[in-house]
Formats: sequence, C-alpha cells, structure tokens
Amino acid sequence: MATPLKVNRIGLEPQVYKGGKTTLCAGCGHNAISERIIDAFYEMGVDPRQVIKLSGIGCSSKSPAYFLGGSHGFNAVHGRMPSVGTGAMLANKKLIAIGVSGDGDTGAIGIGQFVHLMRRNLPIIYIIEDNGCYGLTKGQFSPTADLGSKLKTGVVNDLPPIDTCALAVELGATFVARSFSGDKRQLLSLLKAALAHRGTVMLDVISPCVTFNDHEGSTKSYAYVKDHDDPVEEVSFVPFFEDIAVDYAPGTTQEVTMHDGSKLFLKKLEEDYDPTDKISALKRLHETARRGEFATGLIYIEPDRDDFLTLLNVVDEPLATLPLDRIRPGKEALEEIMEGLR
Amino acid sequence: MSPTDLAVQEQQAARNKQRVVNDFSIQIATVNGSGSQTANMVLLRSILLMGVPVSGKNMFPSNIAGLPTWYTIRASKRHYVARKKEVDFLVAMNPETAKEDVLTLEPGAAVVYDEPLKLNALRGDLIFYPVPFDALVKPVCPDAKLRRLVRNMIYDGILAKLLGLDPVLMEQALAKQLGKKAKAVTLNAGALKAGFDYAEANFTKQDPYFIEPMNETAGKILIEGNTAAAIGCMMAGVTVVAWYPITPSSSLCESLITYMKKYRVDKTTGKATFAIVQAEDEIASLGMVIGASWAGARSMTATAGPGISLMGEFAGLAYYAEAPAVIFDVQRVGPSTGLPTRTAQGDLLQAAFLSHGDTKHIMIMPSSVEECYTMSQEAFELAELFQTPIFVMMDLDLGMNNWMSDGFKYPEKPINRGKLLTDETLKRIGEWGRYKDVDGDGITYRTIPGDGMPVYFTRGSGHNAKGQYSERPDDYVDNMDRLARKFETARKFVPKPAIDAVPGAKIGFIGYGTSDWAIGESRDQLREETDLKTSYFRLRAYPFNEELGNFIDAHERVYVIEQNRDAQLLQLMKLELTPERQTRLRSVLHYNGLPIDARSITDDVLAQEGFEVARKTVRTAGSSAGMTGGE
Repeated sequence: MATPLKVNRIGLEPQVYKGGKTTLCAGCGHNAISERIIDAFYEMGVDPRQVIKLSGIGCSSKSPAYFLGGSHGFNAVHGRMPSVGTGAMLANKKLIAIGVSGDGDTGAIGIGQFVHLMRRNLPIIYIIEDNGCYGLTKGQFSPTADLGSKLKTGVVNDLPPIDTCALAVELGATFVARSFSGDKRQLLSLLKAALAHRGTVMLDVISPCVTFNDHEGSTKSYAYVKDHDDPVEEVSFVPFFEDIAVDYAPGTTQEVTMHDGSKLFLKKLEEDYDPTDKISALKRLHETARRGEFATGLIYIEPDRDDFLTLLNVVDEPLATLPLDRIRPGKEALEEIMEGLR
Repeated sequence: MSPTDLAVQEQQAARNKQRVVNDFSIQIATVNGSGSQTANMVLLRSILLMGVPVSGKNMFPSNIAGLPTWYTIRASKRHYVARKKEVDFLVAMNPETAKEDVLTLEPGAAVVYDEPLKLNALRGDLIFYPVPFDALVKPVCPDAKLRRLVRNMIYDGILAKLLGLDPVLMEQALAKQLGKKAKAVTLNAGALKAGFDYAEANFTKQDPYFIEPMNETAGKILIEGNTAAAIGCMMAGVTVVAWYPITPSSSLCESLITYMKKYRVDKTTGKATFAIVQAEDEIASLGMVIGASWAGARSMTATAGPGISLMGEFAGLAYYAEAPAVIFDVQRVGPSTGLPTRTAQGDLLQAAFLSHGDTKHIMIMPSSVEECYTMSQEAFELAELFQTPIFVMMDLDLGMNNWMSDGFKYPEKPINRGKLLTDETLKRIGEWGRYKDVDGDGITYRTIPGDGMPVYFTRGSGHNAKGQYSERPDDYVDNMDRLARKFETARKFVPKPAIDAVPGAKIGFIGYGTSDWAIGESRDQLREETDLKTSYFRLRAYPFNEELGNFIDAHERVYVIEQNRDAQLLQLMKLELTPERQTRLRSVLHYNGLPIDARSITDDVLAQEGFEVARKTVRTAGSSAGMTGGE
C-alpha cells in the first residue's frame, strides 16, 4: 500500500504549489521569498487555479515563474504591474492576486502606479523584493538604497531612500508590512495573514542581492540587515479553519480579526506600538530609520475598510463571464435612447 | 441706423433677389463659457425639426471661459453636412473677434451683431442687423446674474424671424435642450420671443437666406460621435473601462458612464455589471484594459494623440502577448499638445505601428456617427477574435460635433468571444499551447484565469508556442511569422471599404473618416462645375484588403485625401503597393485644425489636374481670428 500523500485542506499536494526551476543567482533572497509564498498558499489551502501571479520587470519580476505553476501568470511591463493587476481584478473579483515587484520596478519607474494602487485598496498582495539595487542591469542604485550605502565600485548613494512602507501607510494601503527574506517564520506568518486580508497588502521584503549588493558598506547586505532588523512585534497567525487557542497575558498581545475570520496575534515588543494606528506606524518607521535599522513585522493594518471592488459596487459574479443578456441592454433601452436624441 | 446703411442694404437686397433656401451657413461668434451652446443647439435642432438637413460644428478654444468660440450651422437641402468654407450669415457677439469676423466675410453676407460694436461702419457690401442685446435682455431676465446666460437666446429669436424658423418648433427644441429645468425654459422662451419681436418690429428682410420646411429629417437623431460610440460600447457588452480625461475623447467615457448607470445596473441587486475607472494616466488606462481583457472581460479605453503616445509600451505588450483591447483615438491636432480642441487625422501612422519592434495594429475608421456606433461593436468582436488591440480612429470633428443620423439599429448578432479554449476544442486539438497555431490562421486558443482550463504564463518577453520563455532564434521567428499570418487573416475580417465606382471615371478618390462628407460634396462640385467624373474608395480599416489595389488599377490618377500634413495614409499604402500603383497616387491634404471642406478639395484637385483655379481667398472665422496668446 502506498503511503498516504501529504495534502492540504483542499486536498492538494505541496508539489502543486511549486513553479519552474529558478534562474536567479544561487542564494538570492528572492528564491527564499518564492519558497515562503509556496508554503503560505499551500498551508492556507488556496486553489491555485483561482490565483493570478503578476509582475513587472527585473529580477524580482521573474520570480512568479518559480512558484504556483498551476496559476495563470502575467509578467507585464516595467513598473506597470499595478494597472494590469487592477484590470484583472475588475474583470474577475473572485481571483486572488499576488504581484511581485522590485525596488526599482516600484520605487522608480513604477512609483506612479504604486501610489494609485495603494490609494484604491484593490484586493492584491503586492510584494516588493527589495535589495536596493538593479540586479538585472548589474547593480545600479535603486530608489530604496539608503543614504550613504556603498556600491561594489565604491560609489556612495547620496540621495535619501523612498520608504515604501511609510508611503503605503500614508497613501491608504490597509495592510502594510516589512520583512526579511532570511526570517522564515515572520515572512510566512505575514504571507498567510496577507491571504486572509481583503484589500491591498503591501509587503516590503528586504531581499539581499548576493551578486551586486551583499558587501561591506551596503545597508542591504545579509549581514547588515540581520544586525539591524528591529521587529515591531512577534506575529502569530491562526487561520479561520484551525481551531487553536492562543494564551497570552493580558496587555501583552494585540489580537486582530481578519476579513475571513482568521486571527492575528501580535505580541508587543514595545509598549506604545499600535499597528491599527497610522500615526503610531509612521512614527515607528521614522524612528527606526533614523537609527539606521529596519522596522519589520506588521506595521499597519486596517482590516475593515471597503476594497476597491466594493466601492465600485460590481455584481458578485465575475464581470468577465456574465452572459449576454446581462451585458447587452434590451431593444427598448436603445429605442428610449434614440427617442431622447430626436 | 444711418440713411447710408439703408441705401447699402437696399442695393444688396436688389442684388440678392434670388432667394437662397435651405442652403447656407450660419456662424455664431461668441465668448466661451457664455452659455451660447444652448442657443446654438436650439437653433440647430429647430432647423432639423423643420425637416431640413443640418449640421453643427463647434470651433472652441482650449479654455474654460473668456476666449473666442465659433459655432457653425449649415443647412443643406442636398444633405451636405461637411463644413462649408464660406460664412453666409454671421452672428457677431464677441467684441474681440467681431471686426475680423466681419472683414473675412464674402460680399453679400448678412450680419446680426451687438449694436454697440458698430460693425456696420466696417463694410459697405454686407447686410447688417444691429441688435441692442443688453437692452432687450433686461426686461426678460430681471436677475442680473443670469442675464449673461439668457442673452444669447435673443439671437435665436432674431434669426427665427429673419430666416423664417417656426417659433413653435423653436420652443419645442428649447424644451428638449433644457429638459426639466422649468425656470430656465421660461427665461429662455422669453428671450426667444424678445428677439423675435424686436426683429419683427425693426428689420426689413434684406438678405436672401431662408429656411423653409422640408421632409428630409423624419426620425433623425442629433448626436455626437463620442456619444454614439459610447452607446455602441454598451451594446457590445463592455464590462471594464479605464480612461484618463483628455480632449476630445472625454465625453465618450463620460456619456458611457451615464448610459451604463442607467441601463447596466442589475435591477434586483442594484449592482453594476461593469466597472469604470478613471485611471491615473493613459498608461495605467491601457494597463487596466489589458489586465481586464486577459482575465476575460470586454474592455476599452478612449484617448487622443498624447494618450496614444503614452500607451506605446503597453500597445506593444498587448500585440506580442496577444491581449484584446479596444482603444478609441479621438484624434486632435498634434504634434505634442498641439491644438487640443481642433480636428485632424494625424495619428494614423503612430497608431498603425505603435510601440517598438515589429509591431503593427488593426485600425478601423468610422466616418459617421452611425459607424461610431456599429464599429464600436465591431471593435470588440475583432479585439477578441484577433486577441490584439483594435484602434478606432475617430477625430474631434466626429467625436465632439453634433451630426444628424438615422436612429441606430439594435444589434442582431450575439457577441463572439473568439477562440477561448473549451474541453471540446482541447479534445480535438490534443496538445494545447497558448501560442500554437492549430487552425493555420495565426490565431491561437487562449484560456482565462479562473476558467479551470490549462494555465499559461503571459509575458512580453520572447516565448515559444507553449508560452514558455525562449530566446531561441527559431522560436522567435516562428512566433513573429505567426503574428504576421494573423495580421494577414485580419484583412478578410476588418470592415470592407465602401466603393463607388463610376463608369468612365479616370480619377479615383481615396479617403476615410470625416473627410467622407467633404469628399462627397467635392465630387458633386467637380461633376457639376467641370464635368469631372470621380470614383470613390472610402477606406474603413487597416490592414487593407485586395480591393485597394484593384481600385488603384482602375484609375489613372488616385487622390488620397486626408487631414494631416504628411500624407499618412498615402505613406501607409506605399508600404504595400507595387511601384506602378504608387505612381498613380496624388495627395490632397488639409491640416489647419478645421474640418476639411469640399471647396478646398475641389480647388486642390482641379489645380493638380491642370485647371485654371480662381483661388478665392475665403478666410473662415476661426481660421484667421485672434486665437493667439492669452494663455
């Protein structure tokens, strides 16, 4: 008798969630992120056929080919993935969208579309695989490179970085988090929580570029990030389909109920931090940055705000497949219009 | 009025004993933002209601209030609805342009003007009707704040009396224009009457122009091309719309919003069967359209030249990754910002090859508001059939002006979503590849996310028949050749040309879009004035089909008539035509921002044909007047 296969709650094996073989550099942080995405979608029991994977252009944007091989994918143009994702979600609100971008794809060429995506609160998980440089064109600085960070060639960055998390909080994203490709546990919890959220998830994952930006003097190297990672809380995620009681001492942990009924338990590491408060979130981001550190974890969450599709008041079924009689008004409608023009 | 004026007017009257009925143009010169649009629309509709074919063209500035604007109404018993170059009847309301407007008129033209402007002193060969607008508006509109808006309705009353318009029909037109705004209707009806009464009491008819009832407009509608296209999109079952405001295309999406809110909201749930998003720019607009169509929605955007420029990258993606998209280009004058409120056909080459690499696109070209309606529907069919962007090449003249038309017909056919992979097809073809050409027509089967069919990875980078990333030379060539094959297939499916082959004609005309109206009139002029017979090929789509070559072969000289400087259609044709055919081509170009007119075509063709052309220096207000500076 064959050994029973390991399956998730919808009966799918882990294998189904894998993608093609990666062509990124060995040790690239992006590959670790792909692995966490695979784990999160498997563990949450998401049907891959309902998922769309989107990306722009760059090393990061290649990665959707390396996870969820059973999902439709769209590798769009540089910096413009948000609009393509928006269109797809307008067409079919039942889809689950995950977009992977990079710090150049988001912070430079794509900053406009990023800004407006955050404002709309479209249901999408937007991940920035953030290494502070352009890998595919061999290591130029990107807009998230820190002031004073040094390239291999010795060139020092003299412009202030764009903090994509602060920007996202400011602009209206309803789930803003930062993590580190090297922190398996935190990243997995955040990704699972992201799947339970309805609205825009902005997840900035610092993901060192082993080839061009992992040296002494770089503020996005493994060593530097490891030393300067400053978690805002300990994140535990309990999905709606698991009946797990979490014990915690009163006042030590904040509990957040997600859109689908899942729960987030945020164990406080600092007394005054409240991730449901915008001002608290921004203050924390600025303070950590001033110390040259990275605030990681769930920075900000607003679980109840209407998403873009709710605001547009579209019908419950996917617009893409509505039958003709629902999308073409009858003869009498045309006649009424014509009469009005006579 | 001085005795001299009267004497001049009498002379003129004698000269103009010949009545000119239902065949003249009225130009109304006002300041934009002064509420003249209502007065102009009432005048236009009144003529229509009298059964007389009519057209209205707005020449307006890129400005909200305070700059000169001209509205031209042409009544034509012969159904000529193109712009008429000559102005027969001027209503001069704008002090800034009045002098130049009057100086550019042909002798014998009539002028209604605001009395304090004293325009009668400028010329002795015109007929003048001075009107004290301010004095007349006071009693009919006690509220001083509203007077500016009501004042213009007085010239409608004056014209009603002078031209013989039916006051009852005018009131009907007024009610139609203002709808349920009872107070506004009362005020304007008062102004209309004040004008009529003033003209009756003070003017003796001196000019020869009359509107007399005909029976040529029964059942006709008045509609702008943008509105017509919007109705077409709704009937085509559009579900996702993304747009960014830009003149002259904005009203397409705006009227679409109005119609969709009325006719496409589910009655039981109150929810919309559509999503319309005002995007952050034209790039995002097309990105959303591509994302939506990739996920199976019928989606569209509307823009103008500057937006088309921005859409270049995404247009290439849609071509190469093969995503349907319907893109309306309501063309305006370029280059760059150009003349945002003037018309042109200057985006043809840009749209045909929009984006880098070997990219080419299908374009369809409506000439009439009716075609705006039908071709909108065809655009969605073609987009899904060919899984590629379809550019609907309109222009400002068509999109933003009011055109007379028969009522639109309800679509007979159900919609066709093109080659979507089904279980049945999958069984038939065996192995599916997103870009595998199983039918030999270059068109491949696609799946959409969530449909449960095999998935694929869509990309703008090189790919093989399975959609996998590939940089192999053979994969690249195979795919590009298949795309070329698909484009060849499109020749048979795009709207066919409308051909009027005249036996014995040595000259052929080729035109498209709004030029059609002036071309028809010019052909009549050539036949009637110089006995020159012409055949006509009205192009309705790119890629061309074989009939183009046949038409050229059948004529000694072929004039390609278009509204741009660089003969863009002619250049596009040259890419495909044999050298022998190319030698037969001539060009007639019109690109001053105003809609093309028949006389310009006629004169140009006659000159090229070696006729002695008495070049009249007709200058049209708006073409000459003070649209300089003032930014």
